[in-house]
Amino acid sequence: MSTTAVVNPGRPQRFGHRRSQQFTERVIAAVLFGCAAVTVLTTVGIVVILFSEGLSFFREIHPVDFLTGTRWTPASGNFGVLPLILGTLMIAVGASFISIPVGTLSAIFLAEYASPKVRSIIKPILEVLAGIPTIVYGFFALTFITPLLRDSWLPDVGIFNALSAMIVVGIMTVPMVSSISDDSLRAVPESLREAAYGVGATKFEVITRVTFPSALSGIVASYILAISRAVGETMAVTVAAGATPHLTLNPLESVQTMTAYIVQVTQGEAPHGTIEFRTIFAIAMTLFAMTMIMNLLSARIVSKFRERYE
Amino acid sequence: MTQLQQTYPDPLSVNEVPIQQHFNKGEVTESSTPREPNLRPRMKSDRPSKETDEIKDPAVRIQDLSVWYGSKQAVGNVSLDIARNQITALIGPSGCGKSTLLRCINRMNELISGVRIEGQIEIDGEPLYIDGVDPVEVRRVIGMVFQRPNPFAKSIYDNVAFGARINGYQGDMDELVRQSLEQAALWDEVKDDLKGSGLALSGGQQQRLCIARAIAVQPEVILMDEPCSALDPIATQRIEDLMQELATSYTIVIVTHNMQQAARVSNRTAFMLAQEDLVGRLVEYGQTEQLFTSPSNKRTEDYITGRFG
Repeated sequence: MSTTAVVNPGRPQRFGHRRSQQFTERVIAAVLFGCAAVTVLTTVGIVVILFSEGLSFFREIHPVDFLTGTRWTPASGNFGVLPLILGTLMIAVGASFISIPVGTLSAIFLAEYASPKVRSIIKPILEVLAGIPTIVYGFFALTFITPLLRDSWLPDVGIFNALSAMIVVGIMTVPMVSSISDDSLRAVPESLREAAYGVGATKFEVITRVTFPSALSGIVASYILAISRAVGETMAVTVAAGATPHLTLNPLESVQTMTAYIVQVTQGEAPHGTIEFRTIFAIAMTLFAMTMIMNLLSARIVSKFRERYE
Repeated sequence: MTQLQQTYPDPLSVNEVPIQQHFNKGEVTESSTPREPNLRPRMKSDRPSKETDEIKDPAVRIQDLSVWYGSKQAVGNVSLDIARNQITALIGPSGCGKSTLLRCINRMNELISGVRIEGQIEIDGEPLYIDGVDPVEVRRVIGMVFQRPNPFAKSIYDNVAFGARINGYQGDMDELVRQSLEQAALWDEVKDDLKGSGLALSGGQQQRLCIARAIAVQPEVILMDEPCSALDPIATQRIEDLMQELATSYTIVIVTHNMQQAARVSNRTAFMLAQEDLVGRLVEYGQTEQLFTSPSNKRTEDYITGRFG
């Protein structure tokens, strides 16, 4: 390529008229980058605060004592977080016993069985379920589910109990599972379903052997999201499960989750600057680590089991 | 810089040679088709064509079939007998209902909501459209190969074994997979990598894998819905060769946009057309050679000579 310009005499210059557009393009890119940077900076800020405050807590309380202690009574100097972790996990696991099967099956129904008309009715209702403020769920658990449990087959259930919290958190996260799983089931190309039908598969075989495995990555992602949401869920659990840090697996008792404890502290029970106050950063750090590990695990699981159809 | 787009000759339209010329024996010389020798279109006229237009003991008998999508009629009153162990081509312009007709033969079209089918299709004299016939059973007897290769995101082995497994095949699965891949002319290319993903194959290999998958169910009839439309000419050639071999043991019905392909591979050709009312009807049906060289219908002649479509 020669660098000397060979200008055709009598011909207008064809290039170099669009400088202003080039500038506009650059401004657009910069604005978009700025917006993306806001989210990154926020994340970084949160992590920095969590860690600096959390570390100052861990200078006084050894992390091993924190993570392995079985009594959580900060007022009297017991900083064993296990009861809170156990309470959190119990509710998350219990909730996923509801959200995963109900959510998955309703996603399969919506994506594969429902007529367009039925779908157009059920899908928005499910989405409304996702939009209800979580405090309402807590209220619902306290004033409806717990009395129902008491009046029917569990008369010894406490006013605050883990079971009703599991149930409402489970219901709350059903739309998350069903909606994302439905989307990923519907994203499976019709040609794959046809291929299976074409060799004489029944509808059920098409779903279990082709559609579901192909959509698995999205479905597992929805499970992880639902569990993460259950781990992080605050208000409903605070209201329904109470504020008693018990090291127990009995869902009929009151438990306290990590988030519920943070609510309690920020409500002003512990004076600012005390070790008790800083516990919330340590707990938030632990929560953060838990959800992080879960996300990493899910990425592993998804890449291992997915059937890529692209 | 100026020539950003390079234009390639459409490989499937054989040098725009008038289609009848394929049947003028010996006239299609190397000079008139300057291509690699193995890409030279093969002439059905090389084959003995002693059968008469009467089809005795048809494999598939389509009787007065009409199809509606909602309130729109797509296919009107088509009757067609499909000869056993032969290749029958359905040709016609887009929207003439040929794919719809094909997909009715294995009751695949019912998967589309709002479809209504009238008339009858018989396979070996057994009606498919009566109460009590499970479309799933029909599709086990009448296999299908689709327009775009659609292997599952599974291994080559599992792709082929898929249909046999769901049908509860009791025999030696390894043997069935090998046989099916051999019949689909894919075995030599994949035998060392049966655990590899079916999606890692080239387009033409994927389509042969799909054919192997269809064969593994041991159907009687194989329906092919434009099986080469997503393939390059060499892959197309291989599929066409394969169809010839398969026709010795299966009845094949192929929908194709490509008249040359119909001329090359099929024994019989049905020409369908949708006129002003947009309802696809059968215009002419007969021996491929006859239909392309001396069509009895003016519209067939216009279509095959490229006057429309």
